[in-house]
Amino acid sequence: MDKARRTFLKIAGASVVAGMAAPAVMKLTATPALASSEGHAAPAAHAPVGGGHAEETPTVMRLGMVIDTRKLNAKEGLIDEAIAACIAAHNIPQFPDKKSEIKWIWKAPFENVFTDHSVRLGSKKITDNDFPVLCNHCDEPPCCKACPTQATFKVEATGIVAMDFHRCIGCRFCMAACPYGARSFNWQDPRPYVKSYNPDFPTRMKGVVEKCNFCGERLALGQEPACVEACKGTGAITFGDLNDPKSEIRAVLDKDFTIQRRPTTGTNPSVFYIV
Amino acid sequence: MYNKGTIIPGLIIFIAFVTFPVWFNGLTTAGDLPKPELPPGGEKECVMPADYMRANHMQLLNEWRDNVLRDGNREILEIGGKKYPKGLQMACMQCHSVKEKFCDSCHTYAAVTPYCWDCHLTPKDAKSKEATH
Repeated sequence: MDKARRTFLKIAGASVVAGMAAPAVMKLTATPALASSEGHAAPAAHAPVGGGHAEETPTVMRLGMVIDTRKLNAKEGLIDEAIAACIAAHNIPQFPDKKSEIKWIWKAPFENVFTDHSVRLGSKKITDNDFPVLCNHCDEPPCCKACPTQATFKVEATGIVAMDFHRCIGCRFCMAACPYGARSFNWQDPRPYVKSYNPDFPTRMKGVVEKCNFCGERLALGQEPACVEACKGTGAITFGDLNDPKSEIRAVLDKDFTIQRRPTTGTNPSVFYIV
Repeated sequence: MYNKGTIIPGLIIFIAFVTFPVWFNGLTTAGDLPKPELPPGGEKECVMPADYMRANHMQLLNEWRDNVLRDGNREILEIGGKKYPKGLQMACMQCHSVKEKFCDSCHTYAAVTPYCWDCHLTPKDAKSKEATH
């Protein structure tokens, strides 16, 4: 009897050890480095182990923007011109009270735009100037994850974080999710507050959220975004494909030190700033 | 029959009341079939045959919406030499320029209230606040 119990415990112990070790062994043998160690596929052993760290070659477009605030602020009123162009192109209402403000592209002081950066003993160009802000068209947009109806979504072909106003139910989850405050809610019918209508673009209705769409409708016609067009010739805003190494925007990014808004959130914005 | 004097007028009133929609529509113009106005610009050809449009324009508009906004398919349709970018404002209302005389005529008859124009501008809306530059 005693002897039988001893054998039973031995077998049980061995089974537990084997059971715990098996998944680990399976995992090890499944990695490409070990799988190819049979000898005939030597080059494969150099493939990145523990994938995900290696940057894959992007195949689709990712539209982005570099805003050179030095050039933008060099010309008096240029920011306002860009903002006005956007307002006119998208029938954006101008509410008198700040609480209901609708913002696609707007200006804000440095400390509000770059909250990760200290402004202590900052230079005059930081304290005296306003900086343009708009939707960052993030690579990992938190607003799209928050949207319960997929009214806001990422257009895979262009990288634009777009909105389908038809689907928006006005829950404002996206506004809570956006770390940049780039979304505005229509608390009231915007139409009476639209100064002039662009007949080729709709207005919005009470109860929907809206934001910058990187001028998807203008891009489709081969035009530049309205704000980029307003700054034409100054080089203040460069727009283009971040995934194309030969694009103008990449040349600008290569040349100068650029910063993004709140990089620590991990959203990976498509809008870069030269300060 | 007891209470003949009350029952018979009562029945007459009841029947008149129940058949109200029938004779009201017959006597007035409320029941006449709507006659939507053809494009004032004289365009004869739509993006689809008229029969199809009459029955399915709402599905077509939804398809266009998804094409344009979701799939990035903003293909421009060409009908009779005229170009129509997909969209209610950009295609439909270029020809059917008076919403009140075209869209509304059937929608009112069928008692449907589509919310297209909560956001989309009719040419009349757009004209009311024209850009001054």
